[in-house]
Amino acid sequence: MAQAQGLGRRYIKAFFKGFFVAVPVTVTFLDRVACVARVEGASMQPSLNPGGREASDVVLLNHWSIRNYDVQRGDIVSLVSSVSFWRSIPFATYTWCLNVVCLFLLRSPRNPEQKIIKRVIALEGDIIKTIGYKKKYVKVPHGHIWVEGDHHGHSFDSNAFGPVSLGLLHARATHILWPPQRWQKLQPMLPPERKPLHREQE
Amino acid sequence: MLRNALGKAFRFLGYTVQYGCIAHCAFEYLGGIVVCSGPSMEPTIQNSDIVFSESLSRHFYCIRKGDIVIVKSPNDPKSNICKRVIGLEGDKVCTSNPSDFLKSHSYVPKGHVWLEGDNLRNSTDSRCYGPVPYGLIRGRICLKIVFSTKMNGTIFV
Repeated sequence: MAQAQGLGRRYIKAFFKGFFVAVPVTVTFLDRVACVARVEGASMQPSLNPGGREASDVVLLNHWSIRNYDVQRGDIVSLVSSVSFWRSIPFATYTWCLNVVCLFLLRSPRNPEQKIIKRVIALEGDIIKTIGYKKKYVKVPHGHIWVEGDHHGHSFDSNAFGPVSLGLLHARATHILWPPQRWQKLQPMLPPERKPLHREQE
Repeated sequence: MLRNALGKAFRFLGYTVQYGCIAHCAFEYLGGIVVCSGPSMEPTIQNSDIVFSESLSRHFYCIRKGDIVIVKSPNDPKSNICKRVIGLEGDKVCTSNPSDFLKSHSYVPKGHVWLEGDNLRNSTDSRCYGPVPYGLIRGRICLKIVFSTKMNGTIFV
């Protein structure tokens, strides 16, 4: 009897020990190093989700590479949405693929934090010509970036809400992991017609 | 001898990683101690005051008007600023300086908050850089740690 109790206590101790090691390490890894997410919407076609609703791309999001907010023009990045969380963004939102129990519990059930995935077009100091923004020419302020979806006209991006603060940067999308036939490394590619008119410094 | 030393080194590294991850989770999802500098929140928070900020309100969207929040600076993502929430999305705020004769008002856009320091004369805040996106909020300040000469330390809410 005492032996069974001792064994039970050992198992409970081992369980809690494993729990307190595995959960913080996993949560920190998913927050700081890399995570995986599914892309929804058509705003980044044809680079992401060319098949539309039938086949959503799954991308690898790299947090570690943007820990110093070091982005280049042409990178595909994910951002925390700066519009209302009560509004459902119809274009290019994505949901978590891997959900650790802690993360799931801490997300508000009413308003999951929206992330959007777009391409960086201009960095701070660049002057660019906008498509449908309230001002025709915009100089990107200090500490901000200008993002656009590849599918102009079907994209909710800086042409709608203006320059985005670098603090909202979430991760850089580096690879497409699924479907297997689209397995590739995403190269930073700036469309030539979207190059800035005048660069502050190279 | 070498195997012993290597074993100890790996164990040490393992503990460091484990406690580092626990610290990250605590700061990110619970809260932490912050040292504030600058005069923009006087007299509520003085220069070099030690405060405790909690992150639960941010994750559960419970930030209210009048809360003091820690926010990533909109113009410099590597630094944090500490201001009071004056308006939430949809609120009407006064955007002109106190010394202006004609007051101008605007509405805080969706997904943003309007921040102002308590020391209005010496504070660069939303009156300078506009409404701040909600996603930049890091935490809400709930306690200030005050040291008095009589006791070792008192917590002042």
